[in-house]
Amino acid sequence: MKPSSTVPDTAGRFGDFGGRYVPETLTPALDQLAAEYQEACGDAEFKQTLDSLLNHYVGRPSPLYHATRLSSHCGGAQIYLKREDLNHTGAHKINNTLGQALLTRRMGKTRVIAETGAGQHGVATATACAHFGLPCVVYMGEEDIRRQAPNVYSMKLLGAEVRGVDSGSRTLRDAINEAMRDWMASVKDTHYILGSVVGPHPFPMIVRDFQSVIGKETIIQSQAQTGNLPDVVVACVGGGSNAAGMFFPFIEHPEVELVGIEAGGRSEDPGEHASPLTYGQPGVLHGSYSYVMQDGDGQTCDVHSISAGLDYPGVGPEHSYWKATGRVRYDCCRDQDALKGFDSLAKTEGILAAIETSHAIWAAMQIARERPADQKVVVCLSGRGDKDTAEIARLRGEVAGQ
Amino acid sequence: MSAVDTLFSGLRQQGEKAFIPFITAGDPNLKATSELLSALVAQGSHLCEIGIPYSDPIADGPVIQASYTRVLNSGIGLDEIFQMLKETAPSLNAPVVTMVSHAIIHRRGLANYVSAAKESHVAGLIVPDLPVEESADLAAVCKAEDISLIQLITPNTPADRVQRIIDATTGFIYYVSVVGITGERQTLPEEIIESVQSVRDKTDLPICIGFGISTPEHVRLLAPVADGIIVGSAIVRRYASSESISPRQDAGLDTETVRKVGEYVKTLTHALATC
Repeated sequence: MKPSSTVPDTAGRFGDFGGRYVPETLTPALDQLAAEYQEACGDAEFKQTLDSLLNHYVGRPSPLYHATRLSSHCGGAQIYLKREDLNHTGAHKINNTLGQALLTRRMGKTRVIAETGAGQHGVATATACAHFGLPCVVYMGEEDIRRQAPNVYSMKLLGAEVRGVDSGSRTLRDAINEAMRDWMASVKDTHYILGSVVGPHPFPMIVRDFQSVIGKETIIQSQAQTGNLPDVVVACVGGGSNAAGMFFPFIEHPEVELVGIEAGGRSEDPGEHASPLTYGQPGVLHGSYSYVMQDGDGQTCDVHSISAGLDYPGVGPEHSYWKATGRVRYDCCRDQDALKGFDSLAKTEGILAAIETSHAIWAAMQIARERPADQKVVVCLSGRGDKDTAEIARLRGEVAGQ
Repeated sequence: MSAVDTLFSGLRQQGEKAFIPFITAGDPNLKATSELLSALVAQGSHLCEIGIPYSDPIADGPVIQASYTRVLNSGIGLDEIFQMLKETAPSLNAPVVTMVSHAIIHRRGLANYVSAAKESHVAGLIVPDLPVEESADLAAVCKAEDISLIQLITPNTPADRVQRIIDATTGFIYYVSVVGITGERQTLPEEIIESVQSVRDKTDLPICIGFGISTPEHVRLLAPVADGIIVGSAIVRRYASSESISPRQDAGLDTETVRKVGEYVKTLTHALATC
């Protein structure tokens, strides 16, 4: 099956995947969001406002940087980094939250809620809400509040209220559940700024579109700097928003190999990783039909990743579609290898990558090693790693600051 | 005609309304569910709604969430729940319907799930995360097995969707009283009577109202416009707070807790019968 870039259809289907499996209470809000988004897409002023914010507030375009020392260290293909870590707030998440905050205003809604795992989407949402003067509540699992403490405090400084979630695995999945429950009761005046390409239609489409600026810029920059497109593009996949934004503009360039890297955790045993595309099967979670880690009764399984941002049992439906069509190859990277990727990038290039991103860095290093020096591998450097230094120190039995 | 249809046509002939309690399957253990079902029917319940525990119930408040979590932690699976219903349902003088996430139905396969439910004497399905747009396949399977597919209408459902949902519903319309999640409320929205009436004007299907209902006053307020009243969290809370809960599947519930739940339900069935 040839992958299309005209998905999803009006029912939110990417091939067999996607759709909308939510309580009736949320359906009118999702219809409203889809209609408003469609209208906004045809509104030159909306596009102009968003572009202006991306340029002057976020600092776009983000650089495409030739990592020469990391490339020599690997001894193969040339590695380029798409520097989303240099965006305002330090990750790609702001591309989506500004777009959705503008939609919030268009819909006349006066309050925003969000979920967050690593805290990057929470910070980006809190930032967009501060910018537009919207009150903001961020749901975050207690386990993630512990391991991503710097981001929690940043959200508070930005004026957001962070609500801890202590149900289930106390991670991203539970934070989404709790945000959905809030939305069930507040849907009339509240917009839920979902942070990844997951959830019911139209979220997977809207988030992908707002993140597609990553891939569009990469195409222009690659052509300007090297005269052609990269041979391989690599991105990490939790829910999959940075990967979707990077890959989507490349879908109809079949000569470019696309590789998505899931969180391989400690092992391939159930509960020890967060790699639904690698080890899971299609099922329903959080309003969408996509690959998921489920037991035989359809109960969502607990998953594990060293990174809070990838610690999620599901994945965006378009990734399932790309897997089914064979357009994107998915693989996973273990916790310990992600730490190796983190170290290599830090020591060869002077860049601390987010632990999520470090999964893609490590995978890109392996890919580069197997290829000749005239090939080019682009990695989406989706976020910076300041938030992770204390947790990495803890895992190594060291104390940050000593 | 499913057993749900038969029930409501009988009640209508007698000018009566249905009382519909909700309890979670397997909470605190399978025998307790079986005992509670008998007690609920003995106190005048007409139809029983059984919640199939799910790991990510986004339409449920803290009481039912906690109930689901207890069951999943105890290791009870779908097959054991169906087995319990198979043994219990025939002796109940009331049909059983299940509230179940589409995630569970999908994993088992639509046809497999519905035929297993049928074998367990389940008369209807309520699938809270399956909106009308996605429900055609399951509706076809349910129709073939003569199981009702009960769909939900909420206060914020637009008028054109109301008709579409009615057209896709069998058994009864589940009217959700509030914009929000399950759980007891002090007061119900003022406009509820009018909202239910606007659905009533469009269909002859029975309309049962649920979410937030917990007192005889609520029951008396809603009875004039409803064919049935659904009460969940207020019942679950009462047996969940028993101090002698045992997760052993054959442990059952202490008689004091069963009596307490029965007495509470009696106040509601009495209010319904005397409206």
